Amino acid sequence: MIRRDLLATLAILVAALFVASLLAGEVAIPLRDLFGGGQTAGGLILRELRLPRAILAVLVGGTLGLCGAAMQGLLRNPLAEPGVLGVSGCAAVGAVLAFYFGWAAAFPLLLPVGGIIGALLAVALLYALAGGAGLLTLLLAGAALNSLAGALIALLLNLAPSPYAIYEVLFWLMGSLTDRSMAQVGLALPGILLGGALLLGTRRALDALSLGEDAARSLGFSLGAVRLRLVLGSALAVGAAVAVSGAIGFVGLVVPHLMRPLAGRLPGAVLLPSALAGAALLLAADLAVRLIPTATELRLGVLTSLIGAPFFILLVLRMRRQEL
Amino acid sequence: MKLVAEAIALSLHGAPVLRRVDAAVQGGELLGLIGANGAGKSTLLRVLAGLRKAGVGRVLLDGVPLRHLAPGRLALMRAYLPQDPVVHWSLRAAEVVALGRLPHAHAHADPAADAAAIDRALARTGTTALRHRRVDELSGGERMRVLLARALAVEAPVLLADEPIAGLDPLQQLRIMQVLHGLAEEGTAVIAVLHDLTLAARFCTRLLLLHEGKVLADGPPDSVLTDAHLAEAYGISVRREGGLIVPWAALAG
Repeated sequence: MIRRDLLATLAILVAALFVASLLAGEVAIPLRDLFGGGQTAGGLILRELRLPRAILAVLVGGTLGLCGAAMQGLLRNPLAEPGVLGVSGCAAVGAVLAFYFGWAAAFPLLLPVGGIIGALLAVALLYALAGGAGLLTLLLAGAALNSLAGALIALLLNLAPSPYAIYEVLFWLMGSLTDRSMAQVGLALPGILLGGALLLGTRRALDALSLGEDAARSLGFSLGAVRLRLVLGSALAVGAAVAVSGAIGFVGLVVPHLMRPLAGRLPGAVLLPSALAGAALLLAADLAVRLIPTATELRLGVLTSLIGAPFFILLVLRMRRQEL
Repeated sequence: MKLVAEAIALSLHGAPVLRRVDAAVQGGELLGLIGANGAGKSTLLRVLAGLRKAGVGRVLLDGVPLRHLAPGRLALMRAYLPQDPVVHWSLRAAEVVALGRLPHAHAHADPAADAAAIDRALARTGTTALRHRRVDELSGGERMRVLLARALAVEAPVLLADEPIAGLDPLQQLRIMQVLHGLAEEGTAVIAVLHDLTLAARFCTRLLLLHEGKVLADGPPDSVLTDAHLAEAYGISVRREGGLIVPWAALAG
């Protein structure tokens, strides 16, 4: 079966990139040090630095790919993704608030909680602004939320007590997986797993939605329940992911597009391949920022945006051509 | 299987759309829902399909109120073909038709039965040769037949179709009406919103004429499509020629 082959290929790709991510760095460390009980320097670097970084790349990349595919299915628009709807932006505001006021330093759990609360507020606002309304209203509501998130972050930067705080927020916003620990993996994991499960459960409903809302309802799907699952799932997963990685854009936009020719166009069939491909893409991008010789390490979110934004423009151009 | 609407009333923004409408269709019938634009045909169809709540009145499927049926159960008992022939992704025809099997996946998955139902639906609508084509590359008529096949693949005892022949060429209209007629002959209860009075007269076993949210006439085509009814419902006079009903002049009023 083609689909099974695709999933197997993607899984192998993720595994290979994961190992490459563990091996990449300034010092060469044999992988067996990972399992050695001894406190060798190599073992410590692998376990404390490279392993959490690779795991987070899988979790965050998988989340962004999956959420992008699910949002596109729900909105029936190939340009939708958590970033477009303002969910990522508001999650970033929540997380920034948590570490800006030092809460996250005192209670680390507040970082993902801040991200999830930000994402949930975004989703609640989306509902209030565009619940039951058409696609255009929803996309406009997303644009409004993005402006709101931008304004709030600008406000925080404006009021920052020291230039150092500004640097900290700005760098965090660029998105990165550098110097993360297993503790952060633990912080992000519950939201990502729960959110991911909610999203994957909407597979059939998303397929039915290809025929429009009335037809989907006539096939036995409750649209209210599907929307709720999708927004809760995305808020949990994206909130938790953004809280530990910062804002990493465009993965959710690019990945489902790459998967569609391979997995078929049914939105439900794109979900799982997009999660795997998102993980692979972020692992590869995170390898790239380590291997590209720049004076300062390139930030992961900057790299994905540099690839993703032109891709976005190409997509808009293509859609425009189809309309003409 | 019998679908009955009792005294349906419904308002939109304070303006009445349906005023105590009674309607019924049973297995073996092809009921044509006709009337001017805005007469309430699509709204009534959506109420009958359980997609829209009526303010007053109730809809019964074999005596059971629709609201007592779980969505998954209802989905197996009636298929609905929306007015807008939309498919949001560049799906292949067979993939679209397969979506009609989703209600069965809720209950119990049976890939062989699904494949057979999909083949039957494609064959019945004459779209077997299109099965690997992408729907956005099909003509309007071909796409409508694929979407009809999607509704047929549900294999529900009741089919509701909202303007299934709108905007199609005469051949495509004929093909779709023949499919609906054939289904009714085999025992399905079929309701279709129609604008073409000649085709309605030719294929429907019964017509229900709505006018300003009320039933103006309900019965065999000949008894419904009288000059007086058409004058009141559409504001037109017609000429008749060998079964053809030609709108001839707009009436003053």
